[in-house]
Amino acid sequence: MTSIERSRTVRVEHCMGTAFTIDVRDPGGWSAAIADVVGWLHRVDAVFSTYQPASDINRIQRGELRVEDADPEVGLVLELCARVQVTTGGAFSAMPQGRLDPTGLVKGWAVERASLLLRAHGAVNHAINGGGDLQLSGEAAPGRPWVVGISDPADRSRIARTVAGRDFAVATSGVAERGQHILDPFTARPAAALASASVVGPSLTFADAYATAAFVLGRQALRWIEDLDGYEALLIEAGGTVSASRGWRAER
Amino acid sequence: MRRVALALFSTVTGLVMLLNFKTHSTGAAGVPVATSTTDPGNNSSSAGTSNAATTPGAATTPGAATTPSTVPSSAASTSATKTVTGDAVDTRWGPVQVQITVRNGTITAVTAIEYPRNNPRDEQINAYAIPQLNQEALSAKSASIDMVSGATYTSEGYLGSLQSALDKAGL
Repeated sequence: MTSIERSRTVRVEHCMGTAFTIDVRDPGGWSAAIADVVGWLHRVDAVFSTYQPASDINRIQRGELRVEDADPEVGLVLELCARVQVTTGGAFSAMPQGRLDPTGLVKGWAVERASLLLRAHGAVNHAINGGGDLQLSGEAAPGRPWVVGISDPADRSRIARTVAGRDFAVATSGVAERGQHILDPFTARPAAALASASVVGPSLTFADAYATAAFVLGRQALRWIEDLDGYEALLIEAGGTVSASRGWRAER
Repeated sequence: MRRVALALFSTVTGLVMLLNFKTHSTGAAGVPVATSTTDPGNNSSSAGTSNAATTPGAATTPGAATTPSTVPSSAASTSATKTVTGDAVDTRWGPVQVQITVRNGTITAVTAIEYPRNNPRDEQINAYAIPQLNQEALSAKSASIDMVSGATYTSEGYLGSLQSALDKAGL
């Protein structure tokens, strides 16, 4: 291995109740760039958190703040949510429990924006993992694509599948270990058909929301996602059966 | 798909108004006003809901009125709970119809009251979904992976995760 191949700057930041891994593979010092990313993630949390009472989202939910008076990113995110709600035929909703909660899209969107921020700082080859949802930029090492393991929902110490590529995103939805369930907006009950649903595609903003929708849709997701250019899905059922959309490739 | 888009677009008008969207032009760009293929009056799903706002015109006119729905001071006409049922639209997967509940001027629920169930075409999915035998799971070491994607873990859960192990290698 040359020194370039070994070049790696890793930062783990706890935010939004989970851990974000920022992994830069370009040589050089990236502390200022990473500090920018960390600041951005915490700002997103302060604005969009459904846990922090003073967040813009909670103030809007309580009727104390109008969207147009909120942080300018709020209108953008809610518009994205509305678009994805349409694209997913309602399987994704910014109000899964009758309360304003764009969480299903915000984390992916925040990570994708963070990736653009790193690029703007000159870090072309990097990956950001936001609690299991990833945006991968450039490659892992000169001439080597990023290899992403998709966690086995039955045993998280194991990998069920891998997907490799350059400049892509991977998001996985499933029953979170914190015990929260993804609610099916159609039935208002926890979606239960799958153990996990993963979506790959160019943008983590959409991959994240599509993974949520795919988890809700169950096997129907494989047909549904065919209409979405550039996005593919891999579904893992509770019994361990793995199925993928026709365009799914282990090497992108 | 276009029709689904329109149906949902028209039925999420309340949400759109809440958000004070400028236009609908992005998602269903250039698509003309939706024509309901199911008479809302004939749809049993809409029973018990207010049909007052199901008028296609009302549902497909973005920006029209009620923008101040989130303004606390606009209490006068917004104290009641109201359900608004959108037009049912046939999609190739079956009818789709969405209902919004508005309380005190704020949307409290968006529910799909009609959606494709027991669709015989679901059979087709099996042709698409190629069930594969449970592959011998690989350990992170043998797979030489860079990153792990999985259902969101907690901060605590991260500590014992594969991703954590991978990160430690670079820390």
